[in-house]
Amino acid sequence: MPEPALPPDTSQGSGPMPEPMLDVVGLHKTYPGDGRPVEAVRDLTFRLEHGEFVCVVGPSGCGKTTLLKCLAGLMAPTSGRVELAGRPVTGPPADLAVVFQEYGRSLFPWLTVRANVELPLIEKGTGKARRRELVEESLAAVGLSGSADAHPWQLSGGMQQRVAIARAVAYEPAVLLMDEPFAAVDAQTRGDLEDLVRDIWRRLDVTVLFVTHDIDEAVYLGQRVLVLSAAPTVLQEEVRVDLPEERDQLDTRKDPRFAELRAWAYAEIQRAKADVHRSGAGPRE
Amino acid sequence: MTAAPAARTSDARTSGAAPAAAHPALLGTAGALVFLALWEAAPRTGLVDARALPPLSAVVPELVDRASGAAYWIAVGDTVAAAGLGLAIALAAALALGFAVGSVPVLRAYTASTVEFLRPIPSVALIPVAVLLYATDIRSTLLLVVYASFWQIYIQVLYGVADIDPVVEQTARSFRFGRAARVRHVIWPSALPYVLTGVRLGAAVALILAVTAQLVIGSPGLGKQIQAAQAGGAVPAVYALILTTGALGVLVNVGVRALERRVLRWHPAVRGEAPV
Repeated sequence: MPEPALPPDTSQGSGPMPEPMLDVVGLHKTYPGDGRPVEAVRDLTFRLEHGEFVCVVGPSGCGKTTLLKCLAGLMAPTSGRVELAGRPVTGPPADLAVVFQEYGRSLFPWLTVRANVELPLIEKGTGKARRRELVEESLAAVGLSGSADAHPWQLSGGMQQRVAIARAVAYEPAVLLMDEPFAAVDAQTRGDLEDLVRDIWRRLDVTVLFVTHDIDEAVYLGQRVLVLSAAPTVLQEEVRVDLPEERDQLDTRKDPRFAELRAWAYAEIQRAKADVHRSGAGPRE
Repeated sequence: MTAAPAARTSDARTSGAAPAAAHPALLGTAGALVFLALWEAAPRTGLVDARALPPLSAVVPELVDRASGAAYWIAVGDTVAAAGLGLAIALAAALALGFAVGSVPVLRAYTASTVEFLRPIPSVALIPVAVLLYATDIRSTLLLVVYASFWQIYIQVLYGVADIDPVVEQTARSFRFGRAARVRHVIWPSALPYVLTGVRLGAAVALILAVTAQLVIGSPGLGKQIQAAQAGGAVPAVYALILTTGALGVLVNVGVRALERRVLRWHPAVRGEAPV
């Protein structure tokens, strides 16, 4: 069977679709600056189906963080709407968890690893026995069962980000948002963490939106990659990653299809950067 | 000598990390020995009048003599109690007000000018007020101590409450922390290093004001003893008591430092590494 030619097929298929897990419609965000409002996100519409793993890439300063904050309910969009499993997002939803890039600041340094993972569950009102179970399970899932009683700052950067992932997973979210989670760890650790996230996603029934600036990472991890334009952001292009489900740091990255996809995404991002000069509406960097 | 702890606090955080050529404790001890030797030598060589500054060898026996009597320890107790109680009241008030005002930006802006006016008023300027209100009662001392140390802590609490890491804030919000959990796990730990700095500054000021009040107003304590010794022409006793206040100042500073290291052992400044 021949490989599909570029540009790749991005259609969602036809017929009645099940309710999307995450539905973003006409999202627009303008920051009211001092006399000069900055339009960060112009118009974004996309959806994540239940159990999907979608990566978002774009040129730097393209409003990825703005998008993520709107999805997480941490910031209200200027217009447009975000729905999680059919319910509009007006504040941080109960069935969503965020993993931030800055693990060193996102983890509570005065609490042990175990207490860090447990705290959101206490706040959620989870019973003690169930809490213990969830903490054990999630720490085991990220390979940190032995470090439960350490403090985060006693661990390496990669291990700290594992703690943050365990904390998010223990929260039992339907949707996991990850904001450039591996941007601050070294390359080898990064590969391990990528495989860990893929592994957790496949084992647990969770929908993942993974924001990154790294094209390789996006193609390696995702089932689908959304390419954002430069600010003011629109959805520039999207691609279905038709790589085998079983991914491997060596073999997948050697796959000619992987090279094609990353070349395509790279070209799209270059185009996104070039487009901003033509539109003329972009904020100054 | 009582001013020494206050002066040393300014460079506290930075000096700890810098590598010294020799062991700092060793250098400190050597410096103190030289100072004591100079003290001994100055009156003996006639550099200063021995009636104004008796040599160390005359002061130490006086101190030993006083320390073997109950009156001395009662005076020490009175001074420590006045400074400690005043500091505790100031801390409680500064925490309550600082958290309340600091969490509401409008309220903070509304009170800023008043605070900036009240804060620089020297506490000693309130001595007439204290005497009018409470005569030589311990409450006179407390008024001065509380006023002086309150501002030290209050300003720190205001800064601390405002210095919340946005990532910590967003983490707490994304996990839907309630009001109580936000105060306990977001605001309080962020403010704590500032609070302890405030306590350290406030403790030094509290001791200074306690001794001042006793000295000037005559409420019981080391200050009153110094005044009495001076009136009686017992110059070595005056110095013995001054040495005592200095020692108290050092003890307070060492104590608060130890508390800081213990309570903030998770803090980057204490663990001595940069946050990621």
